[in-house]
Amino acid sequence: MNDHMHQTQSFDTYETAWCPGCGNFSILPCLQKALTQLNLDPHHVLMVAGIGQAAKTPQYISANGFCGLHGRALPPAIAAKIANEKLTVIVETGEGDSYGEGGNHFIHNIRRNVDITHFVHDNQIYGLTKGQASPTSEIGHVTGVQTNGNINQPLNPVFLALAAGAGFVARAFSGDQKQLVQIMMDAIQYPGYALVDILQPCISFNKVNTFASYKDRVQPLTDSHDPTDFSQAVQAATQTGEQIPTGIFYRVEKPTFHTRHPVLADHSPLIEQTCDPSRIKDLIQSFV
Amino acid sequence: MTVNVLIGGAAGQGIDTAAAILEKILKQAGYHVFTVRDFMSRIRGGHNFIQIRFGSEPVHSHTHNLDLILALNEETISLHQAELSDNGLIVCDSTTHADDSRLLPLPLNEISKKLGNPRVAGSVAIGTLMALFGLSPELANPVLPSFLNEKYISINQKAVAEGYKLAQQRWSVPSGSCQDWMILSGNKALALGALAAGLKFYAAYPMSPSTGIMEYLAEQSTHCGIVVEQAEDEIAAINMAIGASFAGVRSMTGTSGGGFSLMVEALGLAGITETPLVVVDVQRPGPATGLPTRTEQSDLKFVVSASQGEFPRLVIAMRHHQDLFYQTIRAFNLAERYQIPVILLSDQYLADASATVLPFSLDNLTIETPVQPPEDISDYKRYQITESGVSPRVIPGDPRFLTTADSDEHDEWGRITESAEVRNQMVDKRMRKLDGLKRELEEPELIGDESCDILLVGWGSMYGPLQEAVATLNQEGQHHPGCVSALVFSDIFPLPTKRLTHIAGQARLIVNVEQNATGQIAGLIREYTGLACGRSLLKYDGRQMTGEEIVAGIRKIREVAYE
Ligand SMILES: Cc1ncc(C[n+]2csc(CCOP(=O)(O)OP(=O)(O)O)c2C)c(N)n1
Ligand SMILES: [Mg+2]
Repeated sequence: MNDHMHQTQSFDTYETAWCPGCGNFSILPCLQKALTQLNLDPHHVLMVAGIGQAAKTPQYISANGFCGLHGRALPPAIAAKIANEKLTVIVETGEGDSYGEGGNHFIHNIRRNVDITHFVHDNQIYGLTKGQASPTSEIGHVTGVQTNGNINQPLNPVFLALAAGAGFVARAFSGDQKQLVQIMMDAIQYPGYALVDILQPCISFNKVNTFASYKDRVQPLTDSHDPTDFSQAVQAATQTGEQIPTGIFYRVEKPTFHTRHPVLADHSPLIEQTCDPSRIKDLIQSFV
Repeated sequence: MTVNVLIGGAAGQGIDTAAAILEKILKQAGYHVFTVRDFMSRIRGGHNFIQIRFGSEPVHSHTHNLDLILALNEETISLHQAELSDNGLIVCDSTTHADDSRLLPLPLNEISKKLGNPRVAGSVAIGTLMALFGLSPELANPVLPSFLNEKYISINQKAVAEGYKLAQQRWSVPSGSCQDWMILSGNKALALGALAAGLKFYAAYPMSPSTGIMEYLAEQSTHCGIVVEQAEDEIAAINMAIGASFAGVRSMTGTSGGGFSLMVEALGLAGITETPLVVVDVQRPGPATGLPTRTEQSDLKFVVSASQGEFPRLVIAMRHHQDLFYQTIRAFNLAERYQIPVILLSDQYLADASATVLPFSLDNLTIETPVQPPEDISDYKRYQITESGVSPRVIPGDPRFLTTADSDEHDEWGRITESAEVRNQMVDKRMRKLDGLKRELEEPELIGDESCDILLVGWGSMYGPLQEAVATLNQEGQHHPGCVSALVFSDIFPLPTKRLTHIAGQARLIVNVEQNATGQIAGLIREYTGLACGRSLLKYDGRQMTGEEIVAGIRKIREVAYE
């Protein structure tokens, strides 16, 4: 562990403020491992988050970081990637942040397909604000606000992402580190918007979806699952019952924002492009 | 001498193109031109009109005293004939029914049908107007191609030529010297300023009257190598602009009051992360949806305090087309120099008005880059406590250092902290940036004499009407006691107070002149100088005050004050 964030050599991690036993503790080393195994330079990595417990992740790893507003992780993340495509941009934040407050950005950034990676720490609860229902909380889940049990249907984020046209959709579990590291690496390498919904127990505020309940139910997809087959992906994503499938549900390559954009495709990164003053003079002249 | 032409018709009748062609022809003839657009919020039907005022001397604003009406429908006549001077003219089609001795009915539609396209009636009328103003008919030929699809150019040229034959010269306006000037709308002037300043990224959500900025930037996207992204909402727009700026490219977002309302939390994000940002608010009447296509100056108090918490910001109000260009460039540099959000306040009046201006100059253009840490340090602190309050800003991707930004309160390294001591240091550091900023504020422009009895204060787009009003009022000065001057603010928050307190000290009465209901600059002046505006002239019907309206208002005030 390090004191300050100026290590540009390795993805060191820092002392955290999470509760002992929090699922986030399993996710952070997976991220560190994935970044290290991919041989990325920390100075070329930008971690972006909103606000929440999960959203503190950028604070705890040695890379560039942008912790913005609650619900607003995606807009600065995609814009940073548009500004400088040399950056590996990873959004790491909670499910309340991603699907609740930021739901509109979630849908529309799937449409944009900017080449970023979105790791959602899905603990099915609002952790930082001490345990209210989140968009993925189950029906009947009793909280300090949902005092008679949550009556709103939980959102199925992986199904929604598929429906909205995402090209990389995965679900993982913080308790299966081997699988998580591999999915993280695949997601980061995928050229386009990649969503990984990571099931994560919240030890303090979610007594319903515990480590044990996840552990008993998660079921990695088998080799027979074809991630390029949309209908298989939908089937896995909508599977109900005791078992929760994990793994890469869907992976197909689609044109990205950068490959479609006339100013970005086959050009140097936006930050390195300069507009010759003569071009501004042309515009001024066009009004004469 | 100025001539004031009104072109009126229903939405969809092409008055916008006709006006764009005519104003350019007038400029090519050398005249100073100022055009205002009055639109209803609809795509078809309704009543829209455009007023083109031109003359040999600079024209700063509009007037309701009309010399000529080009009526493409009958409603235009009934709505505007009262504003027409006695020896004015109403040019209209021969089939138009209207009871007015000033009517000049012409076979505009018949000629256009004969030429093979009823839609060229507007060009026939342009030809007639050119004849009435004694302009050379050749002036139209080089202008038409910039506004028309190639296949319609020749038929429109014929239409202008036919129309020209329908009338004799009626006005003789001495020529000006604006042939080589520009004519453009306020939104385009602002967008050009942003491009000149090195804008690379613009994100916005469509909202009148700001959309023209996005449209012009998008049109130039490949020419200038910029990304213009239509965001899913204004919250996304501003957060994108902040992200792009953090990543090292100059970025901007623009909207009107409603969209700005959605942006306020992120304004504070730019404040606490010290990310340079330019936000344009093209004001329209509120609250809520208000009057979408009309004008107001009612967002001042809102933007100076928008967002929770305290952080330095700069607000600049646009007075005219020069400001829209040069102040926008300056805004980008000040945003970078102080790592703050800068808000540009424009309004529908200016945004949609075209004006002739000297071609914008890039001669003194500088583009400031982020201040960098010394090469030899090993411990980079993004939020280093400095005397100026400004800390070195490394861009992500720099192999020397990592950089972080956090919307939580943070220490010098950008890491979350709840330390009371660090909190105080950080607030103080951020607010210290105001010391430098205040030193380079521009004082308001004085129209008239330093010593005056009545001091008018206005801001932003009230500049043009105030110019006209002060000139008129001081012409009558010999007969009326109380000479009048005006101070018009562009830098408006923090409020520059030196020139104001100096001049106000000698004036007998301060009158704030604003396009809002509550006198917002009067409130700021009171707050920051203790000076009271004794009277105010306010208007909030969505239509910009004219110089004459100010004159009439001041005459009344003067009568009472000097009884
Ligand atoms: C605009 C705004 N609204 C509300 C909050 C309060 N808030 C902070 S985090 C959070 C929810 C966190 O839930 P989640 O995103 O799932 O993250 P977790 O803490 O569970 O990791 C809320 C409601 C805020 N900071 N900003
Ligand atoms: Mg959560």
